[in-house]
Amino acid sequence: MIPASFDYVRAGSIDEAVSLLGEHGDDAKLLAGGHSLLPMMKLRLAVPETLIDIRHLREASYIRVDGDEVAIGGLTRHRDLVTSEVLRAEAPLIGLVAGHVGDPQIRHRGTIGGSLAHADPAADLPAAVLASGATLVAQGAAGRRTIAVDDFFLGFFETALEPDEVLVEIRVLRTGPTGAHYEKFTRRANDWAIVAVATVAGRVALANMGGRPTRATATEQALAEGASIEDAAALAADGTEPVQDMHADPDYRRHLARVLTRRSLAAAAA
Amino acid sequence: MQVTITVNGVERTDEVQPRMLLAHYLRDVCGLTATNIGCDTTSCGACTVHLDGESVKSCTVLAAQASGSSVTTLEGLADGDTLHPVQAAFRREHGLQCGFCTPGMVMAAASLLSQNPHPDEREVREELEGNICRCTGYHNIVRAVLSAADEMSGDRVDAAVQTR
Repeated sequence: MIPASFDYVRAGSIDEAVSLLGEHGDDAKLLAGGHSLLPMMKLRLAVPETLIDIRHLREASYIRVDGDEVAIGGLTRHRDLVTSEVLRAEAPLIGLVAGHVGDPQIRHRGTIGGSLAHADPAADLPAAVLASGATLVAQGAAGRRTIAVDDFFLGFFETALEPDEVLVEIRVLRTGPTGAHYEKFTRRANDWAIVAVATVAGRVALANMGGRPTRATATEQALAEGASIEDAAALAADGTEPVQDMHADPDYRRHLARVLTRRSLAAAAA
Repeated sequence: MQVTITVNGVERTDEVQPRMLLAHYLRDVCGLTATNIGCDTTSCGACTVHLDGESVKSCTVLAAQASGSSVTTLEGLADGDTLHPVQAAFRREHGLQCGFCTPGMVMAAASLLSQNPHPDEREVREELEGNICRCTGYHNIVRAVLSAADEMSGDRVDAAVQTR
């Protein structure tokens, strides 16, 4: 399968990428690892006229401690998240979950910013970042602004990013080296999660339990009030509207959310 | 557009369409047909090559994205007439049947061993998650990778000796 024709531009900097986005408007797409975009272009689900390649911009590939947070550049690859000693010590959920994305070849290409901006509700990193109490930094023509992760995911493949904005940094809370866990349920190796649960520091986020990654707020509240893991996990599907697809119906997904939340909380507490 | 890519150690410049996939560039422009296209959907791994030393699926990389980088295909893995230890191990352990997945499997395994020289069996199986083989049931492939790891670290004992 070969994508429809497009123009390819390699941006020399994030600033240049922003101005190219402004110039080309909705007809342009940013290209980072390309492991979500290129498959969609092969299927003609996306037909951009211009691709603005930003993957090689090292200025946006980093992982460093910054105050109470770990700052992760938007173009940091999954492989770099998995192997990061900084993340292992300060915010282990992110590296742990990045190791569940696709396979090694995919992790050599894909980026955290690309995964979040793509906003597939079944994807791994959006749930991890949601559970991490993160702040996202977007750069557009008007400069930089921050977006709380709770306000970032709007729906299926839809985020709060403006068309001319680049997701340049993800800032996650420093949670310490323990207490993070990810439970991902798949039928086959390398599949998307049918449901997945990311847990850290009393926060619980669900993947594929609706049109966007979702906090299990009833579970979180119960935990905060001292409920047992079993009782809190029983509330994990409250308020969710999971979809029906070839893999599972909504009831089965709700069941999975409760079971996986219990396992995830127990593992995180161990 | 023009791309300049170092393919198996030789820099070359070619005129390509921006939409040309790296897999097609390698096969159709460079004439390097060891790189197979299996699923064309980033799933099967048959098209795995090394891009700047790391395994990637060349059906999901544009030739344009590889411009300025180095690509190694299966054709570039051996050192002259001396097979790469992973290639030798696939032959020794019969890590293939029909052979279609083999180029990608070997390239993925070589990348894996460059990152983790002493994997255990479970790690080999997990790290080859992106490469699908429909013939072997994977057993001999995993044995081949473990054998290559031993060979590369100098601890290989021939299977015949081991079973005695």
